[in-house]
Amino acid sequence: APAMAEKLGLGRTATDSEIAAWNLDVFPDGSNLPAGKGDVWTGEEVFAEACAVCHGEFAEGAGNWPKLAGGADTLDHEDPLKTVGSYWPYLSTTFDYVRRSMPFGAAGTLSDDDTYAIVAYILYSNDLVDDDFVLSKETFLDVELPNAEGFIVDDRAETEYGSFTNRCMSDCKPGTVEVITTVVFPGDPNSGFDATPISQAVMGTAAATPAEAEV
Amino acid sequence: MSTETKGTGTSRRGFLKGAAATGAALGAAGAARAEGDPLITEVQEWASGLGEGVDATPYGMPIEFEGDVVRRNVEWLTADTISSINFTPIHALDGTITPQGCAFERHHSGAITLKKEDYRLMINGLVDTPLVFTYDDLERFPRAQQTFFLECAANTGMEWAGSQLNGAQYTHGMIHNMEYTGVTLRTLLEEAGLDAAGDLKDKWVYVEGADASSNGRSIPMEKALDDCMVAFKANGEALRMEHGYPVRLVVPGWEGNMWVKWLRRIEVMDKPVESREETSKYTDTLEDGTSRKWTWAMDAKSVVTSPSPQMPIKHGKGPLVITGLAWSGRGAITAVDVSLDGGVTWQEARLAEPGKPMALTRFYLDINWDGSEMFLQSRAMDDTGYVQPTKAQLREVRGLNSIYHNNCIQTWHVNANGEANNVEVS
Repeated sequence: APAMAEKLGLGRTATDSEIAAWNLDVFPDGSNLPAGKGDVWTGEEVFAEACAVCHGEFAEGAGNWPKLAGGADTLDHEDPLKTVGSYWPYLSTTFDYVRRSMPFGAAGTLSDDDTYAIVAYILYSNDLVDDDFVLSKETFLDVELPNAEGFIVDDRAETEYGSFTNRCMSDCKPGTVEVITTVVFPGDPNSGFDATPISQAVMGTAAATPAEAEV
Repeated sequence: MSTETKGTGTSRRGFLKGAAATGAALGAAGAARAEGDPLITEVQEWASGLGEGVDATPYGMPIEFEGDVVRRNVEWLTADTISSINFTPIHALDGTITPQGCAFERHHSGAITLKKEDYRLMINGLVDTPLVFTYDDLERFPRAQQTFFLECAANTGMEWAGSQLNGAQYTHGMIHNMEYTGVTLRTLLEEAGLDAAGDLKDKWVYVEGADASSNGRSIPMEKALDDCMVAFKANGEALRMEHGYPVRLVVPGWEGNMWVKWLRRIEVMDKPVESREETSKYTDTLEDGTSRKWTWAMDAKSVVTSPSPQMPIKHGKGPLVITGLAWSGRGAITAVDVSLDGGVTWQEARLAEPGKPMALTRFYLDINWDGSEMFLQSRAMDDTGYVQPTKAQLREVRGLNSIYHNNCIQTWHVNANGEANNVEVS
């Protein structure tokens, strides 16, 4: 450790119960998981009660709300469906996020057992466990999500930075430029999906309807 | 005035009379002009009556005529307005400091109300002494002050597939730039003591907010000790509620998601949490289906803010100010080039001030517009030598599904009427 500055003596020692109340994060290796368990069928009941109004009875999503299941093997498709089953690398994240921040508008109200049960049901909805599966601190690492190996650490330094250095000042392109695509929503963007595109996208991959943002 | 001119009839009064007579000679069409602009020749109300007293506005809002310079949201982008985004009106601003009242917002469970009296900040994990600070404690630490941009990772994200929204506010407005005052994160971590953490090289901190979403993210210790700030003032005053009042994290140059608002806990760890906001979100899917994670830095980027779709040219041919913003999360902007012909030729714009590291930089290019159509582009360069790429260059590496980190060169097609549209060009 580097040389530390002199302490000012500000703040006070955090108590164990204070740390326990706020330190809820669960790691991919299962560390910091609480005691408890939940099975798929209990999960279905809790999910129907607390989650289905937005996420659908089968975690397939309702309206514009996030889909939690489906989309297997779509990540290299034109419009990938990213769910817990198709995209998320670690089950720990599902437990952590559900317990900490769901249901939307009533976060922090789920017991540890309810959280285990909901996560078990989400796994079942993604065809990743059988209907007799019981999720607990002990069985947690038995489940590996399909996309666990699907992530690489930021590699822009190798794949981009070396090649984005050309500051061409003249004759940078042959001839004159042409418009390839022009704006989908020419006016107030709140005119929504029904707005008439002022021209069709010419590029094969360009969207004529707006992509839903994930901000 | 010399004694010679005195009494010769060329007094000031005599000169004005002569000018009026010349004007009248121009005929009926020139009469109004001869009489002059009534805003000048007639005594106006504001030049005669009284304005508002100093007690009328203890904390002022912009004058009513600037009512368009506001945040805007786009309803259909998200499922609701609570976990959603709005946009800074960058098209109408100048300089570099974003007025807090119209600086964009992004929440995951709404903007919460958290009093200073109720505020607590915990530091726990691999520290010598886990600590709890009150807000008042934080104000007693030695302070730091610096200006940085905060850009949402998803800024320009709707534009990956094509040209979607018509205006710099919508395509590039998930950004603001403020002068922050606070305490360095390093100061707070050292107060808790890092000896217990051992070798700091592979250590992490987890930061989370007091809101329901928590927005937890893992940050490598090297960054935490380098330039992160725990800020309580922005642009001179307390943070706005929607920007994290009373305390937020400042993570210079890195994606806005990591600038945790309503910061309540900092945990020192020997591994990252891999939280929802760094697995499900803020990971960037490539064409082959694999995804980049931990794409923290926001690369060099720029946009012409005027002319732009919301800022058409209304004054006709002649002198035209082309202006915009440039920024880089990896250093200072050293140059901005502007093209009028869609990237065939470029000329270097003028930076209003030398670029500051990881802060917005204002550029200007003054031209004499001949009324012909333009394909306006800007291209930023930072002090690493990185040159802002085209969308085609980015797509070649990443495909179309990365969602985040779209720092491509933007094109505005300006037609002969001065109207501008968002386009992509060959």
